[in-house]
Parts: sequence; C-alpha cells; structure tokens
Amino acid sequence: MIQVDTRGLSCPQPIVLVNMEIKKGTKEFEILLDSQASIENVARLLNKHKLSFETIQKADHTIYHVK
Amino acid sequence: MKNFFSTRWGIIVVGAVIGILATLLQKFGNPANMGICVACFARDTAGALGFHHAGNLQYVRPELIGIILGSLVMALIFKEFKPRGGSATIVRFFLGIFAVIGALVFLGCPWRASLRLAGGDWNAIVGFAGLIGGIYIGTLFIKKGYNLGRSMPSNKKLSGWIFPASMIILLILLVFGFKKLANANPPHALLWISLGFALIIGALAQRSRFCTVGAFRDMMMIGESYLLTGLGTFIVVAFIMNLLLGQFHPGFANQPAAHTMHLWNFLGMVLAGLAFTLAGGCPGRQLVMAGEGDSDAAIFFLGLIVGAGLAHNFGLTSSGKGIGEFGAAGTIIGIIFCLIIGFTMVQKRK
Repeated sequence: MIQVDTRGLSCPQPIVLVNMEIKKGTKEFEILLDSQASIENVARLLNKHKLSFETIQKADHTIYHVK
Repeated sequence: MKNFFSTRWGIIVVGAVIGILATLLQKFGNPANMGICVACFARDTAGALGFHHAGNLQYVRPELIGIILGSLVMALIFKEFKPRGGSATIVRFFLGIFAVIGALVFLGCPWRASLRLAGGDWNAIVGFAGLIGGIYIGTLFIKKGYNLGRSMPSNKKLSGWIFPASMIILLILLVFGFKKLANANPPHALLWISLGFALIIGALAQRSRFCTVGAFRDMMMIGESYLLTGLGTFIVVAFIMNLLLGQFHPGFANQPAAHTMHLWNFLGMVLAGLAFTLAGGCPGRQLVMAGEGDSDAAIFFLGLIVGAGLAHNFGLTSSGKGIGEFGAAGTIIGIIFCLIIGFTMVQKRK
C-alpha cells in the first residue's frame, strides 16, 4: 500500500504530499504523522474531500489509513 | 479529546483574543500599532543584548519570551513537547536573518502589518501586497518540490529545553532588573502586563497553530481558509478595538514607525513573506514551535536576532524618514538569497 510519510516535515509539506495523493485519485493509502499540527491539518484536508479514514495510534506517531 | 481551538470557531476566538490583547498593549504603553511585532521586538531584544547600539531600541521584550513560554506550557500539558531539529539548520538561520531585514525595511512583521492596517496606516496595504506576493513566490517553489528536509526527533530532552530555558533565564534577569539589559527605555507596557498577555497569546497560538503566513499559503495551495479566518478576525477585532480606544488614525503620511516609500514597503515584505514561507511559518509561529522544542524554529528566531543586529549596525533599517542607507541593497540581496534557496533546495518527486 502507498505510504505518505510526513514525519519530521515542516508545514506545508504534509498537506502538500497528502493533497498530491488525493489528486492522483489514490483509493487507499496510509499517512504517517508525528506532529499534532499536521495531524489536525491533514484531518481537515481529508474531511474536506469527504474521505473516510481510520486513526491508528503508534508509540511515536499516528497513522491515518485512508480508504 | 477534540481540540476546540483547531475548529473554525476556535481560530476565530484566538484571532479575536490576539486582536484585543495586542491593541490593549498599545494602550498600556507599547509603541503605536506595535502591540506585538516579532521583528521589532527581536530588534529591541538584540539591542538590549548589545548586538546593536541604536539609540532607544534596547529592551528585552517580554512579549517574545511570553509567547515562547505560553507555548511551552501548553505543549507540556498536552504532551506535544517534542525535542526535534536538524532540518537544514544553517539555511533556516540565514532565512531568519533576511526575513528580519525585509521586515525592518517595511518596519514590521506580518503581525505588525496587521496592527498597522487595523490602526489606519494605509502603507500596510502596500506591505500586505508585498507579503502576499512573497508568500505566492514561496508556494511556487513548494509546488516544484522545495523542501528543507526532515527534522529528526531528539532522544535527549535537553536539546528541546535549551532555548526555552535560555528565555527563562533572560526573563529572570529582566525581572530582577539586571542593569545592562536596560540601557535604554523605549516605550513599553509594564513588564507583567506584557508577559501575562503574551503568555495567553502563546498558549492560544500553540493550541490553534495560528500563523499569519500559513493563512495565505494554505489558501493559495489547497484552498484551506482555516488560518486565514484567524488572521482576518485578528485584523477586524484589532480595528474595532482601535476605534474604541481612540487609536485609529487613517492615512499614509506621518504614521507611527512607518514610511511612505511604497516600492520598498512592498519589496521589504516580498522578502519577508518569501523567507517566512521557505522557513515554514510566520515569526510568531516560529516562536511557538521553538516553545514546543523545535530547535530549527529556535535557530530561525536566533537568525532574527542576529539579522536585526546586522540591520541596525549596517544601515539597512528604515525610519519615519524612509529606508536606510543600504536598505535597498539589503532587500535585493535577501531576495536573491531566497531565490537561490528556493531553486536549489528541491527534492525530485516520484
């Protein structure tokens, strides 16, 4: 599965990378996030595009599984 | 738990509170249209630390310390304090230097540009046009793959603490009246008022991710208006407060700490907007991230301090009379620097 790893990236890289995947029309992908700001920004972006996702909490990062 | 401040109403509350507190700071003694200005206050702080010797511009501004510590406290409470760094650190340092040079040609960071606009200083319209232009150029680079690379989490907590701790020490020296920090006494609100208000602003900015540069950037890049709503509310509320407090004086000429050289107001903010966009956020946001343990943001802030010192020592800063002797040269060199960074720090995308 396609993984978008946004960990350690400054704004607006996380939303830019996720937006590229959305524009490509990728149906299912995972987003790795490690900053709270990106976690909120990316959720806002996914909601805007009415994409459903599942949140998986790891020890040092969060994964959004978009499907 | 849902973070209220990450909602539309949340960012509206944040913008409104910042608008109220910033204009009150002006009422309580800060310079006109300068309730909060990260660039101006970095300059005053640089002066107090002896990095320049410009007459009356030497005072450790508690507002900067307050924003950093307000963010630190929130980051600790909400477990968002994460020591990290190592993303093109030296590039960020120089982006900070040139960002403040651009801002001091215009005479204000994006926060003060907002306050100047809200106070009726129409030169700020020109400044905003430049800011938006600079941000736009930055977004073009980002679309082409510009990226400063990943920061790495540090397994040593200390690395995230060094910067906030140095601010706490500076604050202690200030509170106990360490004489050398108060060589001159520019207009300012009482220390406790400045600090208290800034702690609130820093805390709210941390929760909401308030960013005056991200406001335009996110709108341009993905049509997201969340941050722009916050900035808009900040300006509108500051405008209403200025009307109520008798601080609204519309016009171009004779505005406080401002000049009417439109070309340089514009280009100064093109430089600042571009540098902030390349560095990932406005100066207020950088302070907040530094409070969260981000060493790269802290380095950017130190770049602002060093840049402010250089700007004053070498005649790059403007005054009410117009731009400094080398203000034009500094602005152009800064824009060239940012363009080189924008063109070269590109990562090919698959």
